[in-house]
Amino acid sequence: MRIVSAQKAEKLSFAGLWLCTAIVILPVLGITVVLVWRGASALSWDLIVGTPHGLLAPIVGTILLVTLTGLIAAPLGIAAAVYLTEYSRGGPLVRLVRLAIVNLAGVPSVVYGLFGLALFVTLFHFGRSLLAGACTLALLVLPLVISTSEEALRQVPGSLRHASLALGASQWQTVRRVVLPNALPGIITGLILSIGRAAGETAPILFTAAFYSLTDPFPNSLLDPILALPYQLFVMVMEVPNVAPATKWATAFVLLAIVLGMNIVAVILRARLRGSRRW
Amino acid sequence: MSAAEDKYILHPEGEIKIETKDLDMYYGNFQALTDVSVAMPSRHITALIGPSGCGKSSFLRCLNRMNEVIPEARVDGQVLLDGNDIYQADTDVVQLRKRVGMVFQRPNPFPMSIYDNVAYGPRLHTATRGSELDEIVERSLRGAALWGEVKDKLHQSAMDLSGGQQQRLCIARVLAVEPEVLLMDEPCSALDPTATFRIEELMTELRESYTIIIVTHNMYQASRVSQYTGFFLLGEIIEYGHTEQIFENPADRRTDDYVRGRFG
Repeated sequence: MRIVSAQKAEKLSFAGLWLCTAIVILPVLGITVVLVWRGASALSWDLIVGTPHGLLAPIVGTILLVTLTGLIAAPLGIAAAVYLTEYSRGGPLVRLVRLAIVNLAGVPSVVYGLFGLALFVTLFHFGRSLLAGACTLALLVLPLVISTSEEALRQVPGSLRHASLALGASQWQTVRRVVLPNALPGIITGLILSIGRAAGETAPILFTAAFYSLTDPFPNSLLDPILALPYQLFVMVMEVPNVAPATKWATAFVLLAIVLGMNIVAVILRARLRGSRRW
Repeated sequence: MSAAEDKYILHPEGEIKIETKDLDMYYGNFQALTDVSVAMPSRHITALIGPSGCGKSSFLRCLNRMNEVIPEARVDGQVLLDGNDIYQADTDVVQLRKRVGMVFQRPNPFPMSIYDNVAYGPRLHTATRGSELDEIVERSLRGAALWGEVKDKLHQSAMDLSGGQQQRLCIARVLAVEPEVLLMDEPCSALDPTATFRIEELMTELRESYTIIIVTHNMYQASRVSQYTGFFLLGEIIEYGHTEQIFENPADRRTDDYVRGRFG
């Protein structure tokens, strides 16, 4: 009797757990299907290069923005991760730094936007610009870059560090010649994922980088504002009347494709490098 | 009479390469070594034996200051290399580790080519390149009895070698920086008997030019390759003397029990 009820309970709990898991994938699937269905069909060459509301300028703006974000966040984040994993030996300061990183990751993105406005746009006189937006986004993704880089560095076995140190290498020589080259694939994967996240963010660039223009959409310098896909979408939906629905769907589709594309590249890269790594 | 003088510690004849005096070592609050005073002669093989956790590996790591890799480790006392204390504040650790090379328990080649593994040390310390570096690589691989097996695939990954070949590659990598002392921390524990035999043969050859100190779990290995043996127990050195004497006629009962396999 007990055995039967245990079996029943097992089946019931299996069904329940399976259902919850299935529900998790529904929104992802739903968003993707709807966007592909309505967005991809609306996408045309004319929509990309045509005016007004051509997608070329916001695509270029987003790519410039995330590239610059990566260029700023990578050296800072990797250096911090190297310090934390390879050099620091604990202590109150390091605990404080880690606490700061964890909390930084929890700060709402709109707060980053306001901070960027106050610091980069106003105080540093960058104005509303590509540079100010990239700096703000770099701050946003920094915790993610640091933690993924730390993870990649920790994957390098200690025995390789010991071998290098025992041959008379300094700490820095060991980091540069053994640890970093072996951690680099993981670091790059983390970086792409982080930048993918930055590509979709709206709030941080709202006050710092993005603008809406039909006449002068391409930036000429780092200090020019830019069109960016998330902001473009926001403006088209909320503020500009009479934009064709197809244009909005196509914009959303392109944004999703860029973000998902970056994630897929990162996942493939990680899988490949994992396969080729041996120690 | 202090506790140290109670022990059966031989002071070898001839030139002493490394000597420790009243060496204590701690991991945090745990004392891993107590009062170890022992002298290891030049161009001989000294074996350090004892049960797991007796401190023999910790002792070995004191001799090239590799214990400093562990944040909590701390050392008291002296380690004299050619009479100079390596724990003095002005010791250049890089120079020390060039002079005192180390081979680890598990083969740990870098995930690079065979050539780059051996060239790693020379590239750190000198600007050697080209044919001069080729010569160092060849000489070191010959020294580690590996040249014949790898000379046609120097630029292939070191990770494709067998475990025994990898360990000899690690020895070649150490030889390339031209050390005076070789520390070996159970170098054969991850190897099969054939590979172990080749490493032991190699050690006997290397003894001509290097002072070798080997930590081993394998008492047959200690008796086969070494001239001097030290027995460690619970962080102390119990007995130190000629290998034959330690294995055939030990003075301390605990040494006797250990080498006869009554515990371990």
